[in-house]
Amino acid sequence: MISDERIKQLEDKARQLRLSVVEMIGVGPVGHLGGSCSCADIVTALYYYRMNFDPKDPRKPDRDRFLLSKGHAALVQYAALADLGFFPKEELRRVKVLGGMLQGHPDMNTPGIEANTGSLGQGLSIANGMALGLRLDGLTSKVFVVLGDGELAEGQVWEAAMASANFKLDNLLAFVDQNALQATGPIVERFDLNPIAPKWAAFGWHVIEIDGHNMREIVAAIDEADTVKGRPTVIIAKTVKGKGVSFAENNPAFHNGAMTAEQYEQARRELGAVEEGC
Amino acid sequence: MKKESLRLAYGQALVELGREDERIVVLEADLGKSTMSILFQEEYPDRYFEMGIAEANMAGTAAGLSLVGKIPFIHSFAVFASGRAYDQIRQSIALVGLNVKICGSSAGLSDFGDGATHQSIEDMALMRANPNMTVLVPVDAVETRKMVKAMVDWDGPVYIRINRNDLPVITDPDSDFEIGKLQVVRDGSDVAVFANGVMVSMALEAAEELAKDGISVKVINASTVKPLTDEEVLAHVEGCRGVVTAEEHSIIGGLGSAVASALRRKRDLPIEFVGVRDSFGTSALSYEELLNHYGLTADAIKDAVKVVLEG
Repeated sequence: MISDERIKQLEDKARQLRLSVVEMIGVGPVGHLGGSCSCADIVTALYYYRMNFDPKDPRKPDRDRFLLSKGHAALVQYAALADLGFFPKEELRRVKVLGGMLQGHPDMNTPGIEANTGSLGQGLSIANGMALGLRLDGLTSKVFVVLGDGELAEGQVWEAAMASANFKLDNLLAFVDQNALQATGPIVERFDLNPIAPKWAAFGWHVIEIDGHNMREIVAAIDEADTVKGRPTVIIAKTVKGKGVSFAENNPAFHNGAMTAEQYEQARRELGAVEEGC
Repeated sequence: MKKESLRLAYGQALVELGREDERIVVLEADLGKSTMSILFQEEYPDRYFEMGIAEANMAGTAAGLSLVGKIPFIHSFAVFASGRAYDQIRQSIALVGLNVKICGSSAGLSDFGDGATHQSIEDMALMRANPNMTVLVPVDAVETRKMVKAMVDWDGPVYIRINRNDLPVITDPDSDFEIGKLQVVRDGSDVAVFANGVMVSMALEAAEELAKDGISVKVINASTVKPLTDEEVLAHVEGCRGVVTAEEHSIIGGLGSAVASALRRKRDLPIEFVGVRDSFGTSALSYEELLNHYGLTADAIKDAVKVVLEG
């Protein structure tokens, strides 16, 4: 069993990634703060607890793969990749800059990014293809994919979900980051696609439901998924959009909203920024 | 001229190439008996994936397979392969230049009985518009075999548009096929006719008849629609007084558009398009009847040649 100390380290890493997201956005420019913060704990558990990869050799054939199907949360993945040494941290100051490497949505020109995602609904299909190919090559690598809950309205997700079960892809683990908000408001009010868990179960998936901000639950669910054979697993993680930044929590305005200077400082304080000397 | 099945040639070529190259995997959306991808399943069941009638997911899955080093070939009727899966082809495949091969079978009006929903008059336009995409249209079974080999050797996404019906064998098994190179199938000096697919044999027929009137027509098999450089097109119109394009496709966005775009600075060179005039398809009891209905005939090419000469 994972130690309390290790859990604390992972929680602190998630906090750092959120802080990094806030600092990437800064004051004024828009950026997907809400959706990046809601999946920060999941992303942390995958990169810092579960996945096998080598930042010095990002295309190593037997690595595990991570796909952010909800590509608008790219900032949190960039934070992790830079922290892990896939590319210099200085790049984080040039997100979306013309000619810069870090695009508005994940792009394969960035080391550590495995596919261009962001046109919602496409990540699980790509993950299926990777899982099929890896199995064909006899590799034990696993494919991890994070979907948003708003994204589940895309029909392609369910085409893909049928296919994962049909092909018995137990080398694939999907997360649904269920932050319950889409760009224009609460999912239950805008376009109610609940209940989510029975849908996946009916499509032939092993379903685990957790609190997506409880690191111990996330880690336990990832471990459980590794024991499931003959079918794919989905972890439905209840999360809070904007988690960790009080004014952004559960606030659809921060799906892609800009922060004022005051809000920016408040967000940094709440995420435990340590002021550097001048 | 002897007629042969292009789709059979396609399926056989895939089997042949699959023997040498284990990276080749085949995905099908329940039309394997039409596209002839089913032949691959018989030989290599482990590398054949029946994806169900779900073209979008098939295209996305192919993207994933290519990202782990496979060379996926995906299959459906052209109208579904290019249209139903358009966004997946754009976002997941073309945007990254992934090594996915897309087979649009029963293309153009060649699925004559099934009508407008199953006939593709815009697939070349859709695929051409994607950066990184290569678009090929085989003229016969012989060229199809060479083309499938070239597709495997080509690193990047390729769309191949295949006719459902048997077509006359025009090309020589010993000649080379190279992506991006146009092939003169009949030499001539007055008018250059750029045609592809089923329209090439009609262009040859038109040229034969026009020769009797003293008009010399060059027929070019434009089996690559993209990449098509200005130089490649310009080289074939040298000395000609007019240009005609002929395609089993809408005149919007296909071969005619590609050729006209390459000739944009040739102000003194009139050009006419033979193709479907901004209209969807319809059912017919025979292919020939349908081609006649849309003016995709040797006569239409003859008329177009005369128009550009009068130009």
